[in-house]
Amino acid sequence: MARDVNQALAREFGLSADEYQRVLEIMGRVPSLTELGIFSVMWSEHCSYKSSRVWLKTLPTKAPWVIHGPGENAGVVDIGEGLAAVFKMESHNHPSFIEPYQGAATGVGGILRDVFTMGARPIANLNALRFGDPKLPRTKRIVDGVVRGIGGYGNCVGVPTVGGEVNFHPAYNGNPLVNAMTVGIADKTKIFLSAAAGVGNPVVYVGSKTGRDGIHGATMASAEFGKDAEEKRPTVQVGDPFVEKLLIEACLELMATDAIIAIQDMGAAGLTSSSVEMAGKGGVGIELELDQVPQRETGMTAYEMMLSESQERMLMVLRPDRQEVARAIFEKWELDFAVIGKLTDTGRIVIRHKGQVEADIPLDPLAEQAPLYHRPTEETPKPARLGLVADKAGLGPALRTLIGCPDLCSRRWVWEQYDYTIGGQTVKRPGAADAAIVKLEGRTRALALTTDCTPRYVLADPEVGGAQAVAEAWRNITATGARPLAITDNMNFANPEKPRIMGQFAAAIRGMAAACSALDFPVVSGNVSLYNETEGRPIMPTPAIGGLGVLEDAAHAVGYGLRPGLSLVLVGTTEGWLGQSLWLREIAGREEGAPPPVDLAAERRNGDFVRGEILAGRVAACHDVADGGLLVAVAEMALAGDTGATLERGGDAAYWYGEDQGRYVLACTDAAGVLARAQAAGVPARLLGSTGGAMLTLPDGDTISLAELRRLHEAFLPAWMDGRES
Amino acid sequence: MKAGIVVFPGINRERDMAIALERSAGRAPRMVWHRESDLSGLDLVVIPGGFSYGDYLRCGAMAAQSPIMGAIRAHAARGGHVLGVCNGFQILIEAGLLPGALLRNQGLRFLAMDCHLKVERADTDFTRHYQAGEVFRAPMAHGDGNYFADAATLDRLEGEGRVIFRYATPTGEITPEANRNGSQRNIAGIASENLRVLGLMPHPEDLVDPLMGGEDGKPLFDSICAALAA
Repeated sequence: MARDVNQALAREFGLSADEYQRVLEIMGRVPSLTELGIFSVMWSEHCSYKSSRVWLKTLPTKAPWVIHGPGENAGVVDIGEGLAAVFKMESHNHPSFIEPYQGAATGVGGILRDVFTMGARPIANLNALRFGDPKLPRTKRIVDGVVRGIGGYGNCVGVPTVGGEVNFHPAYNGNPLVNAMTVGIADKTKIFLSAAAGVGNPVVYVGSKTGRDGIHGATMASAEFGKDAEEKRPTVQVGDPFVEKLLIEACLELMATDAIIAIQDMGAAGLTSSSVEMAGKGGVGIELELDQVPQRETGMTAYEMMLSESQERMLMVLRPDRQEVARAIFEKWELDFAVIGKLTDTGRIVIRHKGQVEADIPLDPLAEQAPLYHRPTEETPKPARLGLVADKAGLGPALRTLIGCPDLCSRRWVWEQYDYTIGGQTVKRPGAADAAIVKLEGRTRALALTTDCTPRYVLADPEVGGAQAVAEAWRNITATGARPLAITDNMNFANPEKPRIMGQFAAAIRGMAAACSALDFPVVSGNVSLYNETEGRPIMPTPAIGGLGVLEDAAHAVGYGLRPGLSLVLVGTTEGWLGQSLWLREIAGREEGAPPPVDLAAERRNGDFVRGEILAGRVAACHDVADGGLLVAVAEMALAGDTGATLERGGDAAYWYGEDQGRYVLACTDAAGVLARAQAAGVPARLLGSTGGAMLTLPDGDTISLAELRRLHEAFLPAWMDGRES
Repeated sequence: MKAGIVVFPGINRERDMAIALERSAGRAPRMVWHRESDLSGLDLVVIPGGFSYGDYLRCGAMAAQSPIMGAIRAHAARGGHVLGVCNGFQILIEAGLLPGALLRNQGLRFLAMDCHLKVERADTDFTRHYQAGEVFRAPMAHGDGNYFADAATLDRLEGEGRVIFRYATPTGEITPEANRNGSQRNIAGIASENLRVLGLMPHPEDLVDPLMGGEDGKPLFDSICAALAA
């Protein structure tokens, strides 16, 4: 069991030679095994953001409505009526590849805890998923496990899963992305933070017992620490959504009292990161008696307990005179409650176990001397603009292919495994609107929620792609009538030690920052997931954006389903941009060119106009034009409302399938009025067609029945996953 | 009407149920924690949906052994009204208050979607605001809603008029396609012999507001409120 602590072991724990040298300087001696473990996880990429921090600092994080930006467990924004929305997105990529069900399930559990830790009741979950090539059997197994895992956890805790995205690309073959987002609601004057305070105050552990699961993640060679196979456990944690549900209710019940001084969930690096962060933020010291930690297994060492990532656990600092009130609440919910330590004035973390001091580390240097890297970057060369591409397919055949392709087909098979109505507040369900609309219980106000990213754009031009991801989230919220407030970002990239990858990261951040500023859409929380590559094959750079907006009256929200007897109006400029379009990939078989440029001034002007029309009650349906272009957008609107449309004559494949940004299709009764107001506002707009019937009449006169379109749209996922035609 | 909603650990649709009951009754129901034992004064006892005890054993099996089930049984034996939805239906079956079993859905996947329910009879306290034969929409969200009973039990239930709701097409046809979870004879909801204990899998409580897509579920709550108004 005992191992010599030296540079070789430090390297095994993921610390570089320089970093280990710094540990020796801080400690003034060779650290104990437990101490080395604490340093290595606190200085890991995951906890320290050592490669990304210099870039993340450049993102806009402020607005009058931002209550807490990055740095807390989740972002907090003012949504009016004395309420705050608390939200964040986080990745669980590597575990989901190793064990898709538990990887995805615990991803949902972890992000829920980040939100209710702050005093918010979770009201919605979303997830952004990227999978490999559907032709690979392994992809099918991963999709099945991830979707079951998200459903299994979210359905049981009783938080509706209302939206998200699913994409496929061979770049994710060895490294799927599972990004989970939770949104919660709190009284804005009762936000709970993690900064500990009050020397002598008790440190309390609640939730599940601690086991040996998840110790030290993938860097650990577990064989060297176990005596037998029993201890050679996978590093993936196992989730218990039932305990999570109890933990939510118990924490919220306790938060209604004045017992809690500080609270933090035990996420990555478990007891280590929660105790270090709470004490560090509060500028106090902390002492833990590990004998008091509720344990699921016998014979656990201090090292194992400090590094365990067992799920569904929280750490709190309580007012001493309220300790018994708190204990009674946790006993009611049949959860463990243990006083495991106290705050001190030493500025150190001291860990005792079985009468021995297992760790004694000064907190300030642990945080302040954490490594920070300005890694070399190499710009992605600007792609050449795509030349003319011959349309050999024609509009109708291309639509038939596109509407059923893996990236554009209906996601019904996915969302039908997620409970999206629980809570009774889901105004716009999956597949009904560009953003999910969830009303606040007992109020007229609602939130609009979306996740967005177009990785192929980011790969081709990281700066444009970064801006596009933010702009699309803003647009999707706008298309429901809601006012976009803020985003959370989940930066999924490959190995940052490769300059090209670090260059992607830096450029994507530049693009995002420009879009956040231009659209008043700050970043309030986020997560970075690096080293997403397998066997040297990097994923596509994927800065997934989770967007949140607010509607003062949920009844004002519009979806994208058509009704008969309306006119269709296109807002925005169409140049016919086929570079990096799905048409180019699926129809012409090419993945090349520059992605569509994002004109942020036009984006804002067009969006503000559209939102104004919606809130004035002049729009029956609205859909942003995104993947697949204009004709796909209209087809999606027709399917969602089970109403056909006839499009104006003219236009080529580039016009109808180009993916020019900043565009919306509006269905309205008074097209002339919309067009006149658009002109007055300097917003490009044109009449696109009219609605009605059970056919889609294309601009070249070709017709497709909605029944055929629906069959094509609904076929892929059920047929692929269950061998069932829909 | 005085309604109480029983909350076991892991129940998660109690708020939805409270909203629906309050909307029809005009007063908030009493939330009854599973360790309580006194249901006196309640006209209607509701066991809502969720995952009681995580459903780690057979769905509803743990809750059915809970002490409060004694009080619920006594309430039913007195002729009191009981409504069990989803996990509540599973619990009523596990407790022996309704016959049969709820198996895994036939496709072995959780199913979250709207279904259509045909009202088999409108002369019960739970359905008087519907018409017999009427079809209404309700969200469903379950992994174990596949109603099963042996042929003799099914025949008896049908003979006694205790099948209250069946999965149907929007036009009221009883087809296999409308029966996604694979229930015997498309059964979605059944009642006790005195028709005062009702269990069903779908969630009418989640469709009582036009903003959420409709009020199809509201007549069920209006019915029981009217029946128990006094």
